[in-house]
Amino acid sequence: MSGASFSEEIERLQNLIRTRRHEKRRHDTWLTYEIARNKDRPRTRDYIGLLIDDFEELRGDRLRADDRAVVGGLGWFEGRAVMVVGHQKGRTLNEQTEHSFGMARPEGYRKAQRLFALAERHRLAVLTFVDTPGAYPGVAAEEGGQARAIAETMLVMARLSVPVVATLIGEGGSGGALALAVADRVLMQENATYSVISPEGCAAILWRDSEFAPQAAEALRPTASQLLPLGVIDRVIEEPRGGAHNHPDLAARRLREALGEELDILEQIPPTERRMLRRERFRKLGVWGGEGLSP
Amino acid sequence: MAVTVEFARRDAVPEPHRWTCPKCGQGDDPETVKANLSVCPHCGHHLRIGARERIAQLADTGSFIERWSHLRTLDPLGFNDLMPYPERLRDAQATSGLSEAIVGGNASIGEAPCIFAAMDFSFLGGSMGSVVGERLWRAAEAAAAEHLPLVVVASSGGARMQEGAISLMQMAKTSCAVDLVNEARAPFVVVMADPCTGGVVASFASLADICVAEPGALLYFTGPRVIAETTKESLPPDFGSAERNLQLGHLDAVIPRHELKARVATYLRLLKGGGQGDGTYPGSAGQRRRGPGGMAQATARRAGSAVTRVRSVVLGRDRASAESDQDS
Repeated sequence: MSGASFSEEIERLQNLIRTRRHEKRRHDTWLTYEIARNKDRPRTRDYIGLLIDDFEELRGDRLRADDRAVVGGLGWFEGRAVMVVGHQKGRTLNEQTEHSFGMARPEGYRKAQRLFALAERHRLAVLTFVDTPGAYPGVAAEEGGQARAIAETMLVMARLSVPVVATLIGEGGSGGALALAVADRVLMQENATYSVISPEGCAAILWRDSEFAPQAAEALRPTASQLLPLGVIDRVIEEPRGGAHNHPDLAARRLREALGEELDILEQIPPTERRMLRRERFRKLGVWGGEGLSP
Repeated sequence: MAVTVEFARRDAVPEPHRWTCPKCGQGDDPETVKANLSVCPHCGHHLRIGARERIAQLADTGSFIERWSHLRTLDPLGFNDLMPYPERLRDAQATSGLSEAIVGGNASIGEAPCIFAAMDFSFLGGSMGSVVGERLWRAAEAAAAEHLPLVVVASSGGARMQEGAISLMQMAKTSCAVDLVNEARAPFVVVMADPCTGGVVASFASLADICVAEPGALLYFTGPRVIAETTKESLPPDFGSAERNLQLGHLDAVIPRHELKARVATYLRLLKGGGQGDGTYPGSAGQRRRGPGGMAQATARRAGSAVTRVRSVVLGRDRASAESDQDS
């Protein structure tokens, strides 16, 4: 065999590998869930450490508590002061307990609202990181106004005139996730998920058996590549091979690049227009027919 | 003859079509129950009612003009669990006679013109998908553009799972719709009817200017079963009930169905009765010293005894009857 045919053969095999890997990524939604939930995956605090300089955490909702499932504070990102708010899951068992596995209570959402208002007052861009299985499912949380806390956080975000970029970095579980993602631009890491319900929950309701979670995961189409064409997210951020946990520094570098680009663009837009455009972004979400029929 | 036999049988087996209350177990004639606004005449249990019946109860007769009914549900994900989504939709449409889980349009409630939408729990659990979200958006947009109040009767199990993350986005979309309504200073009233849960109570429904619920309605974001399974907590027996939510400060009022129309009409008038945007206030000119104007009085007359009773409690019997005299 000549050298030329070898390189052809190599190219053919490389293409095959690329296609196969793509297929795997497209079809094996459950695998994505496993990566999104991987305990070693970088969390909000890890990215804050890698991306934000002089971070100063600001705690408490000024009403009754400090919910550790939501962390937030001020810091510098690429030369500008920003407000960062995100779910925090924790890695060790102690951390996970402290942070309620990233499941926020009303106090957490009210803390977020307070920090968003602070950002608005001082014209600071807002960066949020979404990483939660969902809002905390407890009696005290419910009776403390969980529903309204989530609703109000979305409304507060909708009304901000400062640039807002949300990034899904792990699990984006239901309303508890969305409450921190009413943003001008919604970015999503390659192996993150974003769904209306957990695959287990969906399987329990529609299949009447949570063992069907992988099937439910497939049906819900919760991965970045599936959500991009629907307009639910605006940009997919590539991860190091096998997932962000394999190379957190590289994952953070790509995140920095994307966030920087998005903020640069958003900062060019006048504040009132930014708010209008954000509202318009969410207004367009949905798929319906019948427009041609007379109302 | 067959007819004779039939009559004889009906006499022998009394009340073959009797309705039985799911709560107190007492029976009654279905027509009587319906005439009682689908509230059990014996124990006061509020039955779930569909969007059409709700509109008939709350909107002034003949005032409702449906809009946005042309919007049609699609199957963006090709969702298939034990049954394909389009099949589930067709079933729901056939049994309910509705195209989707919400019906909206223009109406007047106690002579107060408004945009009015009612959700229907019998249609796939009143779940909020793209079309419910879009109809709500258009209702909000119409209220803002036409300077009309927005009234929504919310009853839902939450987001429509079959539309995946798109249904989740309807929470954000309808919350943005509230921003639109607020910006236009259009009064926004939500009536939560049993059950009002999940993504609906955690979005637009909790963001109204005035949030009220029907007696006994269950309202929660996370349901008792999920809480018990996840956290092993024991739940209070009245967890999520409208009455408990009222005590906890999450509602403005719990209103029996018989009083709902008059009270909603009152809210709409009060929210419209302040400053007029040109710096003037209706009371400051000195023509009107107190309370509701002639239209509210007219509503009170129409709504009948329930309102008169409430008014006599609020105002004291003498004043209420004096005002009634003035009306006539």
